Parts: sequence; structure tokens; C-alpha cells
Amino acid sequence: MSETITDYTNKLTIPKPEENFRHPMEAYIRSERFPHIWCSSCGIGTILTAYISGLQKSGLDPEKVAVVSGIGCSGRVAGYLRLDSFHSTHGRALPFATGLALGNPELKVSVISGDGDISAIGGNHFIHSARRNMNLTIICINNFTYAMTGGQAGPTTPIEANSSTTPYGSYEYPFNLPFLAESCGAVYVARWTALHIRRLTNAISEALLKPGFSFIEVISPCPTLYSRRNRLGTGLDSMKFYHDTAIIQHGAETREVDIEYQQKIIVGKFVDKEKPTFTEARDKFLKKKLGDRFVPYRGPNHGH
Amino acid sequence: MSYWRVPLDIQDIKIPKGDIHIIIERCKGCKFCVEYCPRNVLEMSTDYNPKGYHYPNVIKQGACVNCNLCELICPEFSIYCLEGEAQPPDPDEVLRKGGNHES
Repeated sequence: MSETITDYTNKLTIPKPEENFRHPMEAYIRSERFPHIWCSSCGIGTILTAYISGLQKSGLDPEKVAVVSGIGCSGRVAGYLRLDSFHSTHGRALPFATGLALGNPELKVSVISGDGDISAIGGNHFIHSARRNMNLTIICINNFTYAMTGGQAGPTTPIEANSSTTPYGSYEYPFNLPFLAESCGAVYVARWTALHIRRLTNAISEALLKPGFSFIEVISPCPTLYSRRNRLGTGLDSMKFYHDTAIIQHGAETREVDIEYQQKIIVGKFVDKEKPTFTEARDKFLKKKLGDRFVPYRGPNHGH
Repeated sequence: MSYWRVPLDIQDIKIPKGDIHIIIERCKGCKFCVEYCPRNVLEMSTDYNPKGYHYPNVIKQGACVNCNLCELICPEFSIYCLEGEAQPPDPDEVLRKGGNHES
């Protein structure tokens, strides 16, 4: 009986497109797990496509990119991407990503997760990662509801919108996520919808190349829960709604970009500024305090 | 609107061509590609794929200009466009149609 030894030190191998070619992005997706769980006309698949093409456009080495996601429909993104990826517990995508970015500063860590994961249960982690200006790229897929658990009202559900916990319409004030991100110290804040696919691709490649905490909110259709409960039709009807009501306003004041129920959606790049990241600020401060005694940590491949 | 003369730089212009490929069994029939194709190349078929969804068909082969929007907007990774050979425009057609790409 022969003994098989698994070599866990093997590096991640990304197959070349010419081997087993089915789709130009086949090298980046784990298509053996397809069909994916997302409903017909859900926007998450489109946003995943935008992420992959933004990554290609940014020119980053896929071996040096890691994706972390939390729980929810959008949490499955990590499982379908053929990159170093981790599907963490509910709301804890940001702490995991923070640890990853600090432990290996060479990695470019992205968090792709939902509005419930990032701003509800992970809200505390979100404000503190933004305050510290961690070197992370956050893509928050906002579908205005907790879709995987049955359409409960979440922190972004607009007033008037029906959900399974607010059958007469939601009466809670929702979060304005770009305003929250900017006021906590994010250096790059943008909002797009799943329809603005080319602008979203450009925003993702800009955010990936931006050092510091970059935040992109992406409005996505949810045909099965949010749209069905509110009688808004299919995902295609949501896309047509974005086409008719989205207004592109680069540099808009984030305090004025609230989303009201079925009203205009202001999209664009709101904030793009320079600020030292957590690692840069730490190294500079400790260098000043400790002088030559301070040796900066440069990652596991550089020793210490 | 038709043009009143053939554009002077017509010999320098080449129209890009795309070759659309559809992975039928991955499609979930969301119609994003059919709705947002700028040249209206696609149409939903009346047939079903193995999952029971209608899938898109190419109805105007040759009208695709390789803009790749269908590939980007497809949530299922089931359609893609490969670059074909760019063709010089037909002067008679340019005179007749002008800047209007439809029909």
C-alpha cells in the first residue's frame, strides 16, 4: 500500500488561461464550485466580475492579494475566488483582514462583504479599522436587507421599505455608509451600483492601488427578498431603476448622499485623499521614539 | 441620420469585431446581457438550458464590436467575447446609416 504525502508547502498555483479554457476569468474563479448560490439576476456575481477585472487592471500580482469575507450572500465571494481567501465568521471579516495585513505587510488584503456584515455586527470593527487607516480595500455590497436569513430589516434598510421584521415598512433611520466611512477616516470613499460596471471596475483598481483604508459601497439588486417584498420586480427592473435614478456626482458631500426609499441614488467618487497608513504612522512614530533601536517589521519573508 | 459625404479618414478607421461565446449551462436567465448590449446582438431563446432557464442567443452575428460589456455584466460567468479581426467600414453603408448603428 503506497502512502500519499500531501505537500502543504506547495504554493498557490493559478492555472494559465490556455489550460482548460472556458472563460477569460477562469483563472480567477473556482468554477468547479459553480453554479454559485446567488439567485438569478442578483448583482453579487456582477460585482465579483468587476472585482476580477479591477484586479487585472490594477496589475497586482494575484499571489500577493488576499480576499476576506464575512457571512451572508456576499460572504460566498471568498469561496468562489481562486485567490488566497478566507470566509470568516459574522462581522469579523475586518479583524481577520487587519491581522492578515499586519502579519504580512506585502499582502494586499481586500474585504468583500455585505452591508449587514460590515455595518451591523461588524460596525465596531469597521469604524476602528477606518480610524487606524489600515491598509485594506473594503467592498461593501449593499442590498438593503439581510438576504440570506430571510429578508430582515438591517442597518441600511430605508424608511418605508418592507422587510420580514417590519411588515408595515421600516421606521428606523438607516446608515449613510459613505458618510460613516469618511467621518471615521477612510482615505478613499466611493459608491457605485451593480449597473455602473466599468466605473466600478476603475474604482476597484484605484482602491486596490491606494495605500490606506479604501471603501466602496456597491448597491446591488436583491430580487428574491428586498425587491419581492417591496414589489419592485426582478433584478433587471432594479438595474433599470438604477439607470433612471442614479446621479453621478464626484466629490459630493458624503453627509448629503443618504439613500431614501426608491429615491435618487447619488453615486461617484466622494473622497480621495492622502494620509499615512497605520504601518507608516507606527514606523515613523517608533523610529522617532526609539531611534536606531527600532527595527521595522517587514513580513515573514524578511526575517526580523 | 445619414452623412452627406464619406468621412475623409475612412481608410484609417477599422471597426473592431467580437466573437461571442455563451456557456449555456451556466446561464440563469437574468437578461442583463440582452438588455444592455449596445448593439442589440443578443436575444433570449425560447429553449431551456439544463437548469430550466432561457438563455441568450446571438441573433446579429457580426454586429458585435467587442465592447465586452456582456462579459462584465454577466453574474454567472456564462458569456464572453473574444477579439475578432477588425474590419474596414463599408463606405456605402456609412453614407446610408451615418452615425446610427441600429438596424
